[in-house]
Amino acid sequence: MPTVSMTVNGKQVSADVSSNTLLVTFIRENLRLTGTHVGCDTSQCGACVVHVNGNSAKSCTMLAVQAEGAEITTIEGLAKGNDLHPMQKSFQENHGLQCGFCTTGMIMSAVDLVNKSDDLDDTSIREGLEGNICRCTGYQNIVKSIQAAAKEMEA
Amino acid sequence: MTNETGIGASVRRKEDKRFIIGKGRYLDDITKPGQTYGYFVRSPYAHAKINSIDTSEALNASGVVDILTGPDMEADGIGPIICGWGITSKDGTPHKAPAHPALAVSHVKYVGHQVALVVAETLQEAKDAAELVEIDYEELPHVIEVGDALASDAPQIHDDIPGNLSFDWEIGDRAAAEQAIASAHHVTRMDLRNNRLIPNAMEPRAALGEYDAGTDEITLYTTSQNPHVHRLVLSAFNAVAPEHKLRVIAPDVGGGFGSKIFIYSEETVCAWATKKLNRPIKWTAERSESFLSDAHGRDHETHAEMAFDADGKILGFKVSTKANVGCYLSTFASAVPTYLYGTLLNGQYTMPAIYCEVQAGFTNTAPVDAYRGAGRPEATYVVERMIEVGAREMGIDPGEIRKRNFIPPDAYPYETPVIMAYDSGNYALAMDKAQAAIDYSGFEARKAESAQRGKLRGIGYSAFIEACGIAPSAAVGSLGAGVGLWESAQVRFNPTGSVTVFTGSHSHGQGHETTFAQIVSDQLGVPIDQVEISHGDTGKVPFGMGTYGSRSLAVGGSAIMKAIDKVVEKSKKIAAHTLEASVEDIEHSGGVFSVAGTDKKMTMAEIAFSAYVPHNYPADVEPGMDETAFYDPLNFTFPAGTHIAEVEIDPETGTTEILDWVAVDDFGNVINPMIVEGQVHGGLAQGIGQALLENCVYDKESGQLLTGSYMDYCMPRADDLPTFRVETINTPCTTNPLGVKGCGEAGAISAPAALMNAITNALGKEIDMPATPEKVWRAAQGL
Repeated sequence: MPTVSMTVNGKQVSADVSSNTLLVTFIRENLRLTGTHVGCDTSQCGACVVHVNGNSAKSCTMLAVQAEGAEITTIEGLAKGNDLHPMQKSFQENHGLQCGFCTTGMIMSAVDLVNKSDDLDDTSIREGLEGNICRCTGYQNIVKSIQAAAKEMEA
Repeated sequence: MTNETGIGASVRRKEDKRFIIGKGRYLDDITKPGQTYGYFVRSPYAHAKINSIDTSEALNASGVVDILTGPDMEADGIGPIICGWGITSKDGTPHKAPAHPALAVSHVKYVGHQVALVVAETLQEAKDAAELVEIDYEELPHVIEVGDALASDAPQIHDDIPGNLSFDWEIGDRAAAEQAIASAHHVTRMDLRNNRLIPNAMEPRAALGEYDAGTDEITLYTTSQNPHVHRLVLSAFNAVAPEHKLRVIAPDVGGGFGSKIFIYSEETVCAWATKKLNRPIKWTAERSESFLSDAHGRDHETHAEMAFDADGKILGFKVSTKANVGCYLSTFASAVPTYLYGTLLNGQYTMPAIYCEVQAGFTNTAPVDAYRGAGRPEATYVVERMIEVGAREMGIDPGEIRKRNFIPPDAYPYETPVIMAYDSGNYALAMDKAQAAIDYSGFEARKAESAQRGKLRGIGYSAFIEACGIAPSAAVGSLGAGVGLWESAQVRFNPTGSVTVFTGSHSHGQGHETTFAQIVSDQLGVPIDQVEISHGDTGKVPFGMGTYGSRSLAVGGSAIMKAIDKVVEKSKKIAAHTLEASVEDIEHSGGVFSVAGTDKKMTMAEIAFSAYVPHNYPADVEPGMDETAFYDPLNFTFPAGTHIAEVEIDPETGTTEILDWVAVDDFGNVINPMIVEGQVHGGLAQGIGQALLENCVYDKESGQLLTGSYMDYCMPRADDLPTFRVETINTPCTTNPLGVKGCGEAGAISAPAALMNAITNALGKEIDMPATPEKVWRAAQGL
């Protein structure tokens, strides 16, 4: 089994994994960081989104060995201690979640979307969420959450 | 008292913290020491005889603990999967339900049918070994569509059920409806298809069984909307364990929409197998398995006739429906196309005569059961499409024809010809507000403007009604329900004044931990952060019936109110003793108990402390402050409203853009407006999904599920949906102590009719759901 090493939420981690282990499996099963979810098997739902070297990525679509040496941030690493990220706060403030299952991937995608875009409006946020499926909210309050957080993050 | 965390306040959700930091605890997040992994071998055929199952090679594969099959379950006396609602056919005979072993024994009846469970040390080993299980199948003819299944030459799916007919049910007065149709000024006739849907809660179904040989107790963690119902059925019918030795825990559950009500094969097998193997076993569905084996929704073929007089007043309504129930009757499958459907065909209108007949047919597809709305979306679709098309045919404005038929606000309680008694409502008010919000009178100008750009603009109504707050036990018992549909609540004060509420209801996204806490905070003056709501564990909460049918607040919330009443009654006695007054003189408001006409008072926290430290205490009152109530509703509740959709179609591409959506709903009193609005949004998304995007398709030739992944089953994405404009009106429910009606299903019930009315208004011709760009383009091009 190959050994894989990476930095996850600021901590150096290393483990022997089989070469077909998915990054999401490594995160959930080896590191027991279960905030990253698996909602489908065709890379479409986005419940597993994490940041790999600062870019959002579906961790069900990468092998753990492909993340060798990478800097990974999962939902558990988004807050600074007890200080929640503006996107996390905004989802709560704007009722951007119901069952919560898609939420962690949604927040990770949204942070990346805001980081990489200027002047996000309703349409561009909705387009930017193409890779994340939510069955509960009808997306309206997710869009609202992202709009509000974007202002906060730019300030 | 005014309470900013009380009833009517948009309190931010207490449960959100754990979800936004990744500390939600969904089923697959739980791992037990010594845990094994289960993987199901499933049928690749729609219908086949099992000649043999050879597990010898698979058993020798790396990491395999055991492989269990249907005959193993039978040998252990594990009972079949049941249907919990008995329907009686027209001829007085009970519905026919085939035996449904949790693992197939002699035949497989649909693609995805569970045949064997492979248990291994790792998931990968279980999957690898599953490939080595040799099953000799002998293919048999299959049938997919319900119309085909009920035809005389259809393949037989179950040997003991001739013609694949489960039941042929009716409600209403056939003669009166036919007489009205025969003598009417105008009759609208339509064939309507309610497309089959796959629920797709984002957390896939899962189960984790854990046996404790020391106590002989099985703990089943499962994705359930109603853990006690799971425990009851798994014990009483499947004989997995006696009830007192079976604990069912539904932890954080990632959405349900009905699909997690039912008692499925997979959790039954895991609960049984953990004891047999004396190892914890976890099974988590892959999304493909969810598509194949979650109970699907809807799937009706309907012919309807609506009779009108010259003024557009409805005289009679006759509906004939064929309902596809899949290959077996799931837990509540028989109730959905009958008492949750035929009873709602009255809509919001005065209808002198209604008749409905429903034939339920078996097919070689996954079982069909309740999915958000469950019967009521199908009823609303029929009623609201029919009245809309009736208006078009008669040249009457679609809003106006509805207003001419609305039950007037002074007519309550209103008994319909299909056994419902509506308690309250104001349908014209909701419509007036919706018309004003969307600027209905300005539509023609907007349509003309669209036409100038080569676009087709349409507007459509849905004036829906639903029966929620399910349900009065005696009433549903008389209609065939195998259970009572009350709810439980336990309000437990701690000595320091904080409160834990145990509810038999279950939250899988609805926000109970906030809404229920608001009720306690409001009524007893406890700060909301000192109120904890506990649910989902049969080892903790009193027996409860769970969450479905928009019942949590109307029934579960009412149970909390009843428990609060008991707390108040006891507290008055304690306050009277302490304050040296008579009980009759104690007044209560928001957790403050005072002696009338004096400034003497005690707070709820002081009383709770006294109850646990009863040094100066009334002799005839028990110590402690922990009150339990069971609430059985007096009636269903009847949320209703008007939704108006406005769309623009590009005839060159067939794409439909939803330009505006106004929803004016009457949910009675509202506890948390923010949560209610969110529920409406989510319901609308699912209803719009049905009308525009979603369609479960099996290949008729092969019986394979063609829409078995997110690449083929079109889920609504953010950019498919508009920004909804949601308002509420309030005619309080008169039959429960909170005056609430329920809001969880309204959007899914109302939206398909509104959207299809708008699209067909734009096109000037009829098409069936889902209105895909291809269908819309063909209609727009006159093809």
